[in-house]
Amino acid sequence: MTDTTNMSAKELLGFYQEELYEEARRAKKEGKLVCWSASVAPSEFCVAMDVAMIYPETHAAGIGARKGALDVLEVADEKGYNLDTCSYARVNLGYMELLKQEALTGKTPEKLEKSPAARIPLPDFVITCNNICNTLLKWYENLAVELNIPCIIIDVPFNHTMPIPQYAKDYIAEQFKEAITQLEEICGRKFDYDKFLKVQEQTQRSVAQWNRIASLSGHKPSPLNGFDLFNYMALIVCARSKDYAEITFKKFADELEENLNKGIFAFKGNEQKRVTWEGIAVWPHLGHTFKGLKNLGDIMTGSAYPGLWNLSYTPGDMSSMAESYTRIYINTCLDNKVKVLSDVISGGKCDGVIYHQNRSCKLMSFLNVETADMLQKENHLPYVSFDGDQTDPRNFSPAQFDTRIQALDEMMKQNKEGVSNE
Amino acid sequence: MFTMGIDIGSSSSKVVILEDGVNIIAGEVIQIGTGSTGPKRVLDEALSKVGLKLEDMAKIIATGYGRSSVEEAHKQISEISCQAKGVFFLVPSAKLIIDIGGQDVKAIRLDSKGGVKQFFMNDKCAAGTGRFLDVMSRVLEVNLDEMAEYDARATEPATVSSTCTVFAESEVISQLSNGVAKENIIAGVHQSVASKACGLAYRCGVEEDIVMCGGVAKDLGVVRAISKELKKPVIVAPNPQITAALGAAIFAFEEVRGANI
Repeated sequence: MTDTTNMSAKELLGFYQEELYEEARRAKKEGKLVCWSASVAPSEFCVAMDVAMIYPETHAAGIGARKGALDVLEVADEKGYNLDTCSYARVNLGYMELLKQEALTGKTPEKLEKSPAARIPLPDFVITCNNICNTLLKWYENLAVELNIPCIIIDVPFNHTMPIPQYAKDYIAEQFKEAITQLEEICGRKFDYDKFLKVQEQTQRSVAQWNRIASLSGHKPSPLNGFDLFNYMALIVCARSKDYAEITFKKFADELEENLNKGIFAFKGNEQKRVTWEGIAVWPHLGHTFKGLKNLGDIMTGSAYPGLWNLSYTPGDMSSMAESYTRIYINTCLDNKVKVLSDVISGGKCDGVIYHQNRSCKLMSFLNVETADMLQKENHLPYVSFDGDQTDPRNFSPAQFDTRIQALDEMMKQNKEGVSNE
Repeated sequence: MFTMGIDIGSSSSKVVILEDGVNIIAGEVIQIGTGSTGPKRVLDEALSKVGLKLEDMAKIIATGYGRSSVEEAHKQISEISCQAKGVFFLVPSAKLIIDIGGQDVKAIRLDSKGGVKQFFMNDKCAAGTGRFLDVMSRVLEVNLDEMAEYDARATEPATVSSTCTVFAESEVISQLSNGVAKENIIAGVHQSVASKACGLAYRCGVEEDIVMCGGVAKDLGVVRAISKELKKPVIVAPNPQITAALGAAIFAFEEVRGANI
């Protein structure tokens, strides 16, 4: 067993990411169950039943960040998936097709062989939840049909009004019970409620450390760059119900606090302006977007996206757990979305906002025009939006991005220097 | 003191040389843009016109799509800020700028001091840009500089409803083959361009004075169509293609004098 005691947070992040994939590959070899799961579907049930988990959205992001998306996107194109479909879905459905071909023929397709992402085993069943989008329903149904495996769906309705009514929480809690029944059938054994409680408690400890990291971007200058949260997000998605996430996040938060005390900040040099980034990262162009801001003297200290995994609830209370999985800001009405973002912007002490008009994520993008307008009336901060995509590199134009963020930077500078009085 | 602004766009290259921050002593345009010989040629032309050398420039600022490839520049500033600066210098009453260039359409709202208050621009689609007009000019066999005259003679503007440039081209071809007069088609093309730009302008908030710049501002048919759509007069900036380069030259002057944006 590897000694992780002296590892830095960055080393722990890499180690545990690989460990999770290795556990899934080992489980498959040993004939144990492997589940592919949506990123904000409750992980607690499967972890309580010792099912090895793979998270296709994180895996797809990894493929995108390592410049391997086009190969698998082409496979999805050939299968007839429309370019308008979410690129996480297309990358994963393309990747699944390659794994399926390998399983059926015994030969590894060339595109799979040279894929830069970690190899993952095919699932024995899938679990999905529509609390972050409805594409996940059809995506996972397709996986289940293509592979002839069970699909557990947890229905979490959209919150058109806030606060969340009790009947909605009751309904979702019933969905949880139904998922447990399905899981018992798939696993062929009774659900372990004692272990489930321990997993819930572990999840809360992971979430607490995650929130501890996120809160550090409120310091000015900030010891944390929001782009780091995009990287560490892999573990809040894939390991929040294990101690891997808690250990790594605690280490990272400790490191950041130590840096803060020593006067070491995320922006090497003089942090000049702070921005909120609304939306998912542009994984294939992560370096370009990060450096683009850095070269202007700007740091990202606000992002509502990592907050999707602020899944705080009371262990042992299904209604409380239901509430945490439905209150995610993109599963709520425009007014609440604006409120959440407003808190993110003020919490990060931001000078401007960048909206990612993400061709993949309709839910996060289509409300941006109205959201931006409402927020600017409230906070008078400049904002820009740019066209992009989370994993399809063809939907992003570096030059268009550069022009917009440079103009935003100039507007923020103008505001900070008081050149403008409006 | 001389300062220079260089605006390298997608389809044209522009240079302005400014004397003491107020006198435009050179304002040159070459109708080819980034990646071509245009940037070097326009630079040489501007300098030779006034008998100056690069070394005579106290500061050079580049802007436009190709701004980062201008080796002679000391700094780059976005075309949004430069347009605002240049237009406000020429028309101090300007509140809203509509800038249509080769591949961009922008609406820029100014504050009372000429700073950028808000801006919106087209994203991945080139509909309503100079390229759109180029395509239509070719298929209609009417030169770009004649389109405004044709438009003025229109009796019943045709409808060009497709957003996509390629589909709009097919629509125009279909109208031509159905015998619709070129004058009416061109008026329809101009309305189509106007509707894209005005959509962005509405988001910015329409307030007079409205100033148009960019290469497309030379097509008075588009200017009339925008004015009609907004129901307000539209001022065409003097020499509308060089306003961003002018803004860059003014920024350069201000920076040398110790003022920053």
